[in-house]
Amino acid sequence: MTDLTNMTLAQARDAVRAKSVSSTELTTAFLEAMDKGRGLNAYVAETHDQALAMAKASDARIAKGEIGPLEGLPLGIKDLYATKGVHTQSCSHILNGFKPAYESTVTAQLWRDGAVMLGKLNMDEFAMGSSNETSYYGPVASPWLRQGADKMASRAALAGDKKGLLVPGGSSGGSAAAVAARLCLGATASDTGGSIRQPAAFTGTVGIKPTYGRCSRWGMVAFASSLDQAGPIARTVRDSAIMLRSMAGYDPKDSTSVDRPVPNYEDAIGASVKGKTIGIPREYRIDGMPAEIDALWAKGVQWLRDAGATIVDISLPHTKTALPAYYIVAPAEASSNLARYDGVRYGLRVPGKDIADMYEKTRRAGFGAEVRRRIMIGTYVLSAGYYDAYYVKAQKIRTLIKRDFEQAYADGVDAILTPATPSAAFGIGEKTSADPVEMYLNDVFTVTVNMAGLPGIAVPAGISAEGLPLGLQLIGRPFEEDTLFSLAHVIEQAHGEMKLPEAWWA
Amino acid sequence: MSVDQANVRRIAHLARIAVSDDEVPHLQGELNAMLAFVEELNAVNVEGIEPMTSVIPMRMALRTDVVTDHAGADVVVGNAPISEDHFFVVPKVVE
Repeated sequence: MTDLTNMTLAQARDAVRAKSVSSTELTTAFLEAMDKGRGLNAYVAETHDQALAMAKASDARIAKGEIGPLEGLPLGIKDLYATKGVHTQSCSHILNGFKPAYESTVTAQLWRDGAVMLGKLNMDEFAMGSSNETSYYGPVASPWLRQGADKMASRAALAGDKKGLLVPGGSSGGSAAAVAARLCLGATASDTGGSIRQPAAFTGTVGIKPTYGRCSRWGMVAFASSLDQAGPIARTVRDSAIMLRSMAGYDPKDSTSVDRPVPNYEDAIGASVKGKTIGIPREYRIDGMPAEIDALWAKGVQWLRDAGATIVDISLPHTKTALPAYYIVAPAEASSNLARYDGVRYGLRVPGKDIADMYEKTRRAGFGAEVRRRIMIGTYVLSAGYYDAYYVKAQKIRTLIKRDFEQAYADGVDAILTPATPSAAFGIGEKTSADPVEMYLNDVFTVTVNMAGLPGIAVPAGISAEGLPLGLQLIGRPFEEDTLFSLAHVIEQAHGEMKLPEAWWA
Repeated sequence: MSVDQANVRRIAHLARIAVSDDEVPHLQGELNAMLAFVEELNAVNVEGIEPMTSVIPMRMALRTDVVTDHAGADVVVGNAPISEDHFFVVPKVVE
């Protein structure tokens, strides 16, 4: 049974098509893996019965020859996607008990294509975080251990405060950990400032944030509406291409969704990249960048060059302003989006002496510290007297950031290669110091992409000195996700298969 | 720019989040750390630059004004902490 969980999503899909494995067999194997992997805390809600019912229905369809693109394949779903009748809380206490009466567009499309839901995945609360440590349900342990780590001590630490274990990244920490630990074939995730790409890089998996508007946000618990985007995390570039095809597409219910046909992204796997121009932005070489990240980046350049791409140095002059501008824009939009959580219509209610008292007590009790901080910063920068100085200014800077990319692309660049993260995964509890900004620096390479609305993919490209995965990021032109898949595949092939960690957690 | 304690209380009130007196200094420190981080944007020249209104150029879509959601009142109050006769029950709003 465990062999089944070692297959990639593409291999499982082919096996289902060839009828050499049933959805029920696959689903049962992954439910067992999910049970054994409970210590990692990747899942916050498990849907055993529903999964088996969906698998049974899928097998009935397969018997009739009705085989969808994801037929029978068990997936994990990030907790911010509305899943009908199932726990949907964006890992926050303020949505305590919330079970939506509707299905998000993205997940509805997965079920339309035949996939099976194993459960809801852990994440930073309201997607605010880069380590999955702000979740109401506690941190997620990465399935990766530093070289030489004691496996028995690590397994024991799972039951406690998880000190000494590593973060999977965030906010899609549960998604990344579950994929890397083979607790699902693939997972849905979301990205506002790097929340797909950074955890993918930390866990040796592939994650793509498509162009803003490529996937519908309808039914996704909103964080920052002009930055949020849905995307998959999976084991291989091919797997993520297969998943994105099902997730993407125009939705009239999301007025920011773009009406463009969805290509069969899998066709881009193996396509030649000869003659593609890859930009290397000098501003991404930051002060104090670790030598091994720099070396990884140079290796990536060489691999693309070997595949026939042309490498050019480019300048994205406003790169440094992206992170501070993001920490104005995102909290501002969050303060607006999270105003709806007031204890009236859903979720937690803390009684108060009057309506205002109820609001204040409910929100104090329901939101975690990081969320409260960001709502307050957002409220401040939007408040009278400060709106122009902060929010409008940040939005102008956003225009400049996007313009930098537009200029590079107009000059003939097809994609841009950068590191994905400034380091490998760090320890749980290591960065939750007094300074909230320390955690924010994890997103330095990724936020520019959300600020400009562009597609970005993280692909495993190396191993650190401590034996941990390192990833590279490719940033593409709007709606050219296929180019990203082709280029990422070159890197993936050049590096070779990323050996995922053996199960020490069971 | 930095916030003083009165400002922290004002922001908390705008955000409808209760803060206790002993929380205010710590929160003030955290907010000021974040504001110090974004200070560097003051040096950026944005003369003549338009604020971004849409990250990807798109036309605002309109739809026909018809009812499309037939879920019903039971569903609407289905997740309510307290409801009665399809009303959301709350503490007194108007004096």
